[in-house]
Amino acid sequence: MGKFNKKGKGDLPAVSTASLPDIVFMLLFFFMTVTTMKDSSLLVQNTLPNASEVKKLEKKDRVLYIYVGKPTREYQKVFGTEPKIQLNDKFADVSEVGDFILMERAKKPQELQNVLTTSLKVDKSANMGLISDIKQELRKVNALKVNYTTYEGDAFRNLQ
Amino acid sequence: MPRRGGPPEVNAGSMADIAFLLLIFFLVTTTIETDAGLDRMLPPIEPPDTDVVIKQKNIFTVNINKNGQLLVEEELLDLRQLRQRAMDFLDNGGDGSCNYCRGAKNSSSSDNPMKAIISLKNDRETKYGTYITVQNELVGAYNDLRNREAQRLFGRNFTEMEAEFLNPETPARIRDELKDKVKTVQDLFPQKLSEAETATSN
Repeated sequence: MGKFNKKGKGDLPAVSTASLPDIVFMLLFFFMTVTTMKDSSLLVQNTLPNASEVKKLEKKDRVLYIYVGKPTREYQKVFGTEPKIQLNDKFADVSEVGDFILMERAKKPQELQNVLTTSLKVDKSANMGLISDIKQELRKVNALKVNYTTYEGDAFRNLQ
Repeated sequence: MPRRGGPPEVNAGSMADIAFLLLIFFLVTTTIETDAGLDRMLPPIEPPDTDVVIKQKNIFTVNINKNGQLLVEEELLDLRQLRQRAMDFLDNGGDGSCNYCRGAKNSSSSDNPMKAIISLKNDRETKYGTYITVQNELVGAYNDLRNREAQRLFGRNFTEMEAEFLNPETPARIRDELKDKVKTVQDLFPQKLSEAETATSN
């Protein structure tokens, strides 16, 4: 049966890798578009609570972030275990929140200054006392739009 | 010297390597962020010029103590029942001026969704997680009622319309159209959620 004689017995043909760059580029573009550079590293523990009635925070350039939570383990020796406020890259006191908002607001272009939202990223074990103080400070500088940033999920899981 | 046979081909063999390098860089730096949450407006610090007299029956008081227990209208309530209670209060329509309300029309509860105010108080030692759960339930009560009205008027959910309206990728033409609808439904059940300053625990 000479009809089906195999050519090149034994050695497999090499798999063409010509399309590999295309595949990799595709992945590359995907990650390039979804990437947001982290602008500050977290100094506090930040397990956000869950909520189901959430709205998405659109337009990142209009958002200021305030982090609250217990200092992470490496900072606990210096700063203790009481929840702290983190502004940009350092710990801060409640009284500094107002100045922080004013400074960040001044950095933004004129047309965005009135539409800024303050995103409160608060660890779920923090006490409301601190949050109320922050809210009071925000009211003083007229930063009234806040967003309690949460994970999406069942709100009753917070209680456990 | 004239070239023969056209320009030489550039070797593209290392292209994959370069692309891989970039890919790995972006993989490592990527954080797909979870930026969603409960939007709230804080009250302005200047007190209003005129004192508004609000009838007691138009206020729905919610107190959270430091152990995370709820005191709603002077009685203990389980958190899971809060949404329904808040909806009953908002939807009551006691004075009969609200033609879309389906509540019990109880004369000792709120007159009208326009007048109904939810007052939320918490202790300084209340856990943030509990507070968010309560906020979530109260916002949920408004959303449920608004969804009901939006379904009746426009045949789709309010939350869905609002999300589409707020999404910057929605074309402007659709956004303009949605704006009126969202506003209409919001005005049927205006969100009046007052937060008193935090009480100190004793």
